[in-house]
Amino acid sequence: MKLQFWGTRGSIPVSMTSVDVRTKLRQALLGAAQGPVLTADSVDAFIDTLGFDVAATFGGHSSCVQIVTDNPEHVILDLGSGARPLGQSMLARFGVDQPQTYHVFMSHVHWDHIMGFPFFLPAFTPGNRIIIHACHAQVEQAFRRQHGSPSFPVEFEQLAATVEFDVLLPGKRYQIAGLEVSARLQRHSGDSYGWRFERGGKAVVYSTDSEHRLDEAAELAGIVEFFANADAVVFDAMYSLADAISVKADWGHSSNIVGVELCRAAGVRRLVMYHHEPAYDDAQILGVLNETRRFEEITREGHALEVLSAWDGLELAL
Amino acid sequence: MELRSQTRGVALVLTVIGRIDHSHANAFEAALAPHLQLCTASGTPLVLDFSGVDFISSVGLRVLMLAAKQVKQQQGKLAVAALTPIVQEVFQVSRFNLVLKVFASVDQAVLALTA
Repeated sequence: MKLQFWGTRGSIPVSMTSVDVRTKLRQALLGAAQGPVLTADSVDAFIDTLGFDVAATFGGHSSCVQIVTDNPEHVILDLGSGARPLGQSMLARFGVDQPQTYHVFMSHVHWDHIMGFPFFLPAFTPGNRIIIHACHAQVEQAFRRQHGSPSFPVEFEQLAATVEFDVLLPGKRYQIAGLEVSARLQRHSGDSYGWRFERGGKAVVYSTDSEHRLDEAAELAGIVEFFANADAVVFDAMYSLADAISVKADWGHSSNIVGVELCRAAGVRRLVMYHHEPAYDDAQILGVLNETRRFEEITREGHALEVLSAWDGLELAL
Repeated sequence: MELRSQTRGVALVLTVIGRIDHSHANAFEAALAPHLQLCTASGTPLVLDFSGVDFISSVGLRVLMLAAKQVKQQQGKLAVAALTPIVQEVFQVSRFNLVLKVFASVDQAVLALTA
């Protein structure tokens, strides 16, 4: 089982500005000026010495993750703007004459999690089947209303693929696309749901747009049970703890510190921080990652918890 | 977790000793409560001496946040002082260093709150 991240930014897509690009270039050139003259052969090796915030980017697409297994049916988590490049890759791989089946699991139907669907090319390919699984009864209404006039030039009925909606129940176990699947209610405006997927002795939890109230012990215990012994938890770490429990309390998101504490209590192997704050640039996200790794280190008792920050394009083998 | 109090001029210094984690956050909150009531505009400025705090987790930080909110509503003065290196790092990662008044020493905190 493998996770492939197509969109990792929270709330709204963002893009780098000219100032951001210039800052990266400047840092890279200053670094190059301190070493030997670069050649065509040595330049890649030099780039590899630069920090991720200088040599790369966490990206700006909103929520979309793919679970890749050897099952022929595809599994996608949320359809934020990252669904556009995902759809393009599917079209490039399968063309229009090899019909595919896509299973989409929705955390919730806020705009940043559905906005990629009108640009998801497999929906425009005849013969494809797209099944959108959710625990929200209004999931079909949410998807339909972003198509057609006055919001979009293509009516939902014009989509060439077969699009189905499947409302599931939290707490119940399902077998879908070769995965054992279960959902859990999370604290978020209009509710959100975390998803747990298991296959071949591996488990991954997708838990985004979820606030964790520190005074709700029973609720926290339930989350720990849902995360238990997962190989990876994709976790909404949008805010600092100070913000999450003060000025941004009840905004429906969590923090890096609570992510470490919950994952440690649950015996999780990897914490993948996700749904990054859109106001943060690459250096700030990298700073949060480094601080979180340090927090994990100074609070470690027993097994080490690996801490990552997801980025658009990250492939993570479980 | 232990809480010791000492008057310093018009300020009250509460020395906190031990870990403030899931096992001790409720005790910390209860021990702090009566002192917070007196921390008003015309009441007693409060300095939390953290030199004896080994570690503070999210639930402990939540108690500090609630204390700061209550004191602010009462127009009182509250500060945290003398963080151990580990707790200082936790404050940095959680950004509590940006929302609470934090001083390097108890003397500096008392001076700032009573000036």
